[in-house]
Amino acid sequence: MDMQVAKKKLGLKERYAVMTRGLDWTPSYQKMEDIYPYVAYEGIKIHDWDKWEDPFRLTMDAYWKYQAEKERKLYAIIDAFNQNNGHLNVTDARYINAVKLFISGISPLEYVAHRGFAHAGRAFPGPGPRVACLMQSIDEIRHAQTQVHSISNYNKYYNGMHDFHHAHDRVWFLSVPKSFFDDALTAGPFEFMVAIGFSFEYVLTNLLFVPFVSGAAYNGDMGTMTFGFSAQSDEARHMTLGLEVIKFILEQDPANVPIVQRWIDKWTWRGYRVLTLVAMMMDYMLPKRTMSWKEAWEIYFEENGGALFKDLARYGITMPKCAGQIALEKDHLSHQAWSTFYNYAAAANFHTWMPDDDEMKWLASKYPDSFDKLYRPRYRFWREQAAKGNRFYSKTLPMLCQVCQIPMVFTEPGEPTKTCYREVDYRDDKYHFCSDHCKKIFEDEPEKYTQAWLPVHQIYQGNCFPEGTDPTVEGFDPLAEVLKFYNLEHGRDNLDFEISEDRKNFAEWRGQATRNI
Amino acid sequence: MSTVFIALQTNEETRQVIEAIVQDNPDAVVNEQPAMVKIDAQDRLVIRRETIEELIGRPFDLQELQVNLITMTGNLDQTDDEMVLYWNA
Ligand SMILES: [Fe+2]
Ligand SMILES: [Fe+2]
Repeated sequence: MDMQVAKKKLGLKERYAVMTRGLDWTPSYQKMEDIYPYVAYEGIKIHDWDKWEDPFRLTMDAYWKYQAEKERKLYAIIDAFNQNNGHLNVTDARYINAVKLFISGISPLEYVAHRGFAHAGRAFPGPGPRVACLMQSIDEIRHAQTQVHSISNYNKYYNGMHDFHHAHDRVWFLSVPKSFFDDALTAGPFEFMVAIGFSFEYVLTNLLFVPFVSGAAYNGDMGTMTFGFSAQSDEARHMTLGLEVIKFILEQDPANVPIVQRWIDKWTWRGYRVLTLVAMMMDYMLPKRTMSWKEAWEIYFEENGGALFKDLARYGITMPKCAGQIALEKDHLSHQAWSTFYNYAAAANFHTWMPDDDEMKWLASKYPDSFDKLYRPRYRFWREQAAKGNRFYSKTLPMLCQVCQIPMVFTEPGEPTKTCYREVDYRDDKYHFCSDHCKKIFEDEPEKYTQAWLPVHQIYQGNCFPEGTDPTVEGFDPLAEVLKFYNLEHGRDNLDFEISEDRKNFAEWRGQATRNI
Repeated sequence: MSTVFIALQTNEETRQVIEAIVQDNPDAVVNEQPAMVKIDAQDRLVIRRETIEELIGRPFDLQELQVNLITMTGNLDQTDDEMVLYWNA
């Protein structure tokens, strides 16, 4: 970039003050509580909004300039990637399933984040956070759009991505990321900021973007790498916003500390459960691995999060309680998730497969305490069964956790051969949970979580079949009807990678790209 | 002691920025990863405008870093002349 740096009349700090606080005014003919109706009900006390300052001191004029530069770079690369059939340069076609997971699981969240930050920013009486939220809101819609644009090229050639937004709102496992964000969006503005701004962006986002993006780079996917880095360049600002929000709220009133601590505990766990999808992507879906889930967790949460919570200790904030259980799960999370998706491959919008011998060796070296003992024998058995023509697809619907909405496949902390179940009786119903942490979240706000839209319950209630379906007719095949409702084609968008059209086409096209046929 | 870090995209614009960071933070550790460079330092990392300008031979606005940033950690304070990442503990 060869930008002209104009001589400025004001320093950065003064410019920031003029362009944020300087543009605000005190209303005279409307009451503050009428203009900002959501700011008090969560119990957070703010005495002086002017104490808020964006440490980047970015103003809207500079924001547009740098964002425009990012877009110019991004679209030039996307064009080059598409013009050169970049999709044929990825390591192998299995990789594209990571892209499918991204477009249907993550990109729709970018759009919801856009709405969430617009809403939260509008709710705050302080101009500092309002401007920062405005920028993040615009960033997030940019992320949604650039991801759709970059990935649309894959959609021309590969299956499962044709109706990603429709899928996001319906497909069973996509309710995990969807309900996570819906949960945040329906909280008050301060909780939203702690949930997304702090717990997700600051504490967990490195685990989402850095592995996905360097995974893309490692696997020859320049398109995803570029939108990833372009989105990630906004992320540093989002993380800063998240950290500043927390410090600001905590400094304003000591009564805010216990409220914020409860939110941090809740949202770190909620976010971590969503990252289950990333864990299995890193350990199983990248043909060329960057680092294991366990290593990423150790660097980005244990080391980095450790430093963060040490820093926040001066306010009386402690490490979220769930960190202990997460540490016990890190040897198991990705394997239990991949096993689940291997089983439910008939009902998903991407393909699954069994790792080959080299990949098993890699997994054993990264997970010396768990892989050979618990997971390799299982995979060997499934591989043998598949070789005999018995590739197993589970057609029984699983029990879901009422809070995270993940099937109850996780094991007891420290007891990896025993499935973990928790339950609560509330009013006249029984509710099920994957863990003590999800159970606690429910018990704190049962009115909210009893309303969860659980895909399995909805299927059993008959709400996930195309209109006019009669489940009482003879030979009724519920899975086939559910796939129609998802707008997925059986045998094309789902099932094992080995028998997929993606695999066949990729091999054929790559052959054409390297030989004269 | 706690680690602060900043990660930048690997490209021609960041090559000299990284050199400047290494000059100004002699204890910093540079990790080259696929398509990105992560720089770790203990407790504090400073990026100085003047050092970058000397290396690239033109005026530089520290906010230009926005374009190539990937991630960072620590408390931040940015002025016209420097960008500082630090932990208090
Ligand atoms: Fe985003
Ligand atoms: Fe759960």
